[in-house]
Amino acid sequence: MSSESAIEEKVYRLGVDVGGTFTDLLLIDESSGGSYSAKVPSTPEDSSVGVLNGIRKICSSAGIDPRAIAQVMHGTTVATNTVLTSSGARVGLVTTKGYRQTLQIARSYVPGGLGGWVIWNKRAPLAPLELTVEVDERVGAQGEIVVPLDEADLLPKLEHLKALGVEALTISLFNAYANGAHERRIRDLAEQVMPETLVSISSEVIPEMYEYERTETTVVNSYVRPVVQGYMESLHDELRASMGDVSLHVLRSDGGLASVDSAKAAPVTLLMSGPAGGVAGARWIAEQADYHNLLTFDMGGTSTDVALIQDSVAQTRRETRVADVTVRASSIDVRTVGAGGGSIAYVPELTKALRVGPQSAGAAPGPAAYCKGGEEPTVTDANVVLGYLPASAKLGGDMVIDRDKAEAAVAKVAKALDLSVKAAAEGIVNIVNENMFGALRLVSVEQGHDPRDFALVAFGGAGPLHANALGRLTGSWPVIIPPAPGVLCAYGDATTRPRNEASQTLVRRFDATDDASVLEILERLTAEAAKALEEEGIARAQQSVTLQIDVRYHGQGMGIPVDTTLEAFRETGLEGLGAIFDRVHTQLFTFALEAPKELVTLRSIVQGPAPLMVAAKLDGGSGDPVDAVIEETTVFVDGADRKAMIYDRARLREGDEIQGPAVIAQMDTTTLILPGYIARVDPTACLLIEPADRVRS
Amino acid sequence: MPARIVQTNETPFESVTLDPITLDIVENALRNARSEMDAVLFRTAMSPGIREQHDAFPMIANHRGQMVVGQFGSFLHGFMQNYEGTIEDGDVFITNDPYACNGAVSHLNDWLVMKPIYCGGRLLSWAAMFGHMSDNGGKVPGSLPTDAAQIFEEGLQVPPVKLLRNNELNRDVVDIMMRNSRMPDWNRSDLNALLAALRLAERRVLEIAERFGIDTYVSAMDEMLERNKRAMSAIIQMIIPENKKVYFEDYIDDDGLGMGPYKIACAMWREGDKAIFDFSESDPQSISSVNFLLNEEMFKMFLGAFTINLFDPQILFNDGFYELVEVRIREGTILKPKRPAALSCRTHLLGRIFDIMSGLLGQSAPDALCAAGFSDSPHFMYSGHDREGEWYQLYQIGFGGIPGRPAGDGADGHSLWPAFTNVPNEYLEAYFPLRIPIYETIPDSGGAGLHRGGNGVHMVYEFLEAGQISIHDDRWLTYPWGVNGGRPGLRSTKLLERADGSRELMPSKCDRIQVEIGDRLHFNTWGGGGWGDPLQRDPELVAQDLARGLITREGAQAYGVVLNRAGTLDTAATAHLRSEMAAKRGEIALFDRGGSVEELLERCETETGMTPPQPPRFQSFMTTRKAAE
Repeated sequence: MSSESAIEEKVYRLGVDVGGTFTDLLLIDESSGGSYSAKVPSTPEDSSVGVLNGIRKICSSAGIDPRAIAQVMHGTTVATNTVLTSSGARVGLVTTKGYRQTLQIARSYVPGGLGGWVIWNKRAPLAPLELTVEVDERVGAQGEIVVPLDEADLLPKLEHLKALGVEALTISLFNAYANGAHERRIRDLAEQVMPETLVSISSEVIPEMYEYERTETTVVNSYVRPVVQGYMESLHDELRASMGDVSLHVLRSDGGLASVDSAKAAPVTLLMSGPAGGVAGARWIAEQADYHNLLTFDMGGTSTDVALIQDSVAQTRRETRVADVTVRASSIDVRTVGAGGGSIAYVPELTKALRVGPQSAGAAPGPAAYCKGGEEPTVTDANVVLGYLPASAKLGGDMVIDRDKAEAAVAKVAKALDLSVKAAAEGIVNIVNENMFGALRLVSVEQGHDPRDFALVAFGGAGPLHANALGRLTGSWPVIIPPAPGVLCAYGDATTRPRNEASQTLVRRFDATDDASVLEILERLTAEAAKALEEEGIARAQQSVTLQIDVRYHGQGMGIPVDTTLEAFRETGLEGLGAIFDRVHTQLFTFALEAPKELVTLRSIVQGPAPLMVAAKLDGGSGDPVDAVIEETTVFVDGADRKAMIYDRARLREGDEIQGPAVIAQMDTTTLILPGYIARVDPTACLLIEPADRVRS
Repeated sequence: MPARIVQTNETPFESVTLDPITLDIVENALRNARSEMDAVLFRTAMSPGIREQHDAFPMIANHRGQMVVGQFGSFLHGFMQNYEGTIEDGDVFITNDPYACNGAVSHLNDWLVMKPIYCGGRLLSWAAMFGHMSDNGGKVPGSLPTDAAQIFEEGLQVPPVKLLRNNELNRDVVDIMMRNSRMPDWNRSDLNALLAALRLAERRVLEIAERFGIDTYVSAMDEMLERNKRAMSAIIQMIIPENKKVYFEDYIDDDGLGMGPYKIACAMWREGDKAIFDFSESDPQSISSVNFLLNEEMFKMFLGAFTINLFDPQILFNDGFYELVEVRIREGTILKPKRPAALSCRTHLLGRIFDIMSGLLGQSAPDALCAAGFSDSPHFMYSGHDREGEWYQLYQIGFGGIPGRPAGDGADGHSLWPAFTNVPNEYLEAYFPLRIPIYETIPDSGGAGLHRGGNGVHMVYEFLEAGQISIHDDRWLTYPWGVNGGRPGLRSTKLLERADGSRELMPSKCDRIQVEIGDRLHFNTWGGGGWGDPLQRDPELVAQDLARGLITREGAQAYGVVLNRAGTLDTAATAHLRSEMAAKRGEIALFDRGGSVEELLERCETETGMTPPQPPRFQSFMTTRKAAE
């Protein structure tokens, strides 16, 4: 095909997710909604190489010219990995005089219980004290200038930081959330002194009260910025080289899409980009099967991410955590537990309790069953012992599973507990399931949601193995296993709606303001948020707006986000808002107060239209999955050996019903169906697992 | 007479055999329930003490009142022994009276709520939680008057009463309690938050019981208690020497009335399975409010929490091992004062108990010994009427240096108390007439050591309204001691810099100090003691601490490290100086207290600028008893 005609038809949209092992791609034809997917190995030393390999592969299998791609949507873990591997920039920090040690003192918090300090060692700040300088200036709590900025005092300090080889600079001044003038002025000065250094200022990155949290967030932004910026630029350049005029968007932690420029300026908003893609993908898949209230369950080798989606909207929170780094940036409320297939089980000698994790065998040496030198019993080994991961099935292409090695490893725990090897293995699985259940409770029960009102979508390499058991614990039916649990993130990237938000913190009691002034702010914020989307060619008429207003009782510390719309606010104003807040507060905490209410932050969220994409349809079958049987096996469930069938997922047809106990094998994962449960294959190739009595009634 | 428990169903629980996995799962479910109680409280409370600093503690107990999850041991034993009434389904009890609950709460500001959880007419479990209320009436704002002679001066005393009966709130009780507080809005909201946490615990307990079955749930709690006992039994055998008394004493410096120091003394030994902690030699009770009614069970819990962390940090610590420990505290001493002795300022002794424990346990296992640390929670209070006539009142807890430990350096300006956090200064400036021009750690305040003690904090309060302040702190006279060659940390100081430029040193405990607009208070907390020989510390780390401003050039001398003008290391000179210092120093003592009490008193005026405290005067009933002995 000629490139000329391809340019005429720039109708493709590409989703790309770079994971630790694989780079997944999904190509959508926006004119028809048809799609193609591809998977290539990731290239950790420079992820853009893998991305370009993937693009070549997917274009050739779809038979299109890369120039036909108009947009690339990208989910990336580059920011996260920079934090996890401590490979970020050398960050300099400018603080107000008297506050040089804000990060050193942090919030004085020591994790653990009574005596936790005996074993806890604190991580050094990401902006080291030797690269932190104070400037003589002071802003008051109302934003008034108390002490003017002493530029003469500051300039030699900036020269000093430059001489020390600072690669990124953070300016975080006290009370700057109320007035950022001094921060902006210092940025101007810094850009003259060290023009090549990227500067982040707290009043722009996160204009919120609390000096430690704001400083830490802005420093993390600086810490990941050079790496993210370099990556984005080289990727965008290479994409343009092969695709011509193409727009690149990056998935943010909060599930929105950021333009390349805003991603480069505020990379701290990308820390959860990877998991956000998974959640978005799970939402899209489940929507095709007509489920809109979901718990997502993404279990990998070392950790598990869970989130809650209500009415097709993922819940967000004003905080992002990566390992022991916590920043104030909106993210999808993904809770991570340090437990996955590689988690190691052990029995402390004194207490004789069975503990699973947080230590993990990781990829190397990995579970004992993978024959890469691992000897400690892991969750994966327990699954092998129990027959859930059949030794005959291939994992991740050509991974060998050695059942004897798994048994030998689990036997260590069994001996300490005086249990049979299978009983101990079941114990390991039950304990790890309980840990996951704890995480699912955090996003559901603790937020006032009953998990029984939600379906559970399981993905990640190990999710489908544990999903049925998790459904049993949460009562969330059906349990949905997407057709390709491994490429879900790319679905998420490609199907995400463009999103922008504008917010303003305005701590004010309801009785100190009125409906008209609040409405004015909300309308201004909406116009601001809408403008960026308009600039990307999304007309106002195509945009949808939601408002999120953080409210609290005067005196409380944290506001609760209350969702509303411009129309609703015009109609019922603050009184209506207050009534919703009382209701939400009661739902969350069992009581409402008669205390005066207070606005904290007003936020307008503007979204573009959802892209057109049609799910592939599966051919109808006879209802009997007999044609998909691979072989018979034995699984150990609830204390007893039971006969079970192993099925080939690729040979299942719509309408097939699989009776548990059963194991369903496919390239990138294995699904376990427990006795008393039935999995049905729906038209979009999802497996829907439900209790047998529920299916029959 | 103990409380009478009313059940409409008297069927006893059946003991069932449990597989270990179910046990671990119930344990985990209870752990989650407890953290949910915290989450609800912190999110809905209003006082900075609870919402920002987390001065509140939850607990879940079995039907016998034994704590199965929590931090301070069961709050229920004393109450259940002393309460002369019924315990019924739908009740919630409230008390703040330490003398009525055997010290489960130790001053009147801590409001304790307790809820029996019933299932099918049987008492199944208890949930309880206490939180520090910003104000409970009494003679000074904040209700912590150092000079109180009796508990009657410290505010409203509420013996255990039914706050809810048959799930109906007794508004009369609430009205009385609110009327007696200077901050009724905060207290009301905090109390609501405490009740919400109890309701949540009840829901969770019933869910767990339903999921696993009532008998399984009860048996699981029994087994959790038993598991703790087995573990603690082994630990006690390991760390406490049999038939050999280990002795340690420490002090609080003064009582706020110009007398001190007060000695807390403890002897520890083991007889067979049982560990004995004997506090008999501690000083008599004080005539001011620095007394600490130490609940024996709470001390056991401290001991357990302190030691078991090293062996299985994931375990849920509970009451199961209590019979393995005996705590002897003599009535009339500063750890078991007779009612109506004042108790409000017990925080110094409460903290110091941890240094005592470190000092005792460390003698039998010097490698596991931690230095003296931030064994207190210094308080700052500021209140008055602002220009608009509105009442403002701040109660704030400060932090200092974590001690040097076998595991590494102590953190600078951190909390020894679990879950506690500092109050953001931007929050203080937004809600109180204050400016905080300086908030940093004090270089060299952490004791030198192979592992350095954490630095104390230098915080400056600038007052934007006239008002009154209170200060509660300690360790201004005795040092946070170092161990195994580590040096003591620096002591605390308070300096009031008046707007007119005059300066006055403030005593470490004082109330009702009038401050004017523009006055500045320098509140300096103390550092942690050092751990191990400072001459063994990696000189590069010393150079790094200097570059980071955590020690000074003079401070580096304690490490025998020679740095040139640019701050880089002179390796040869360092080696030379170190060998010289080592030779001169002689043998390393286990503890370095920076001098004996007598020496410290002697040097007091010159070193601290403060008048040395006078020997304590005790009440006649204690002096006569002492004389009789």
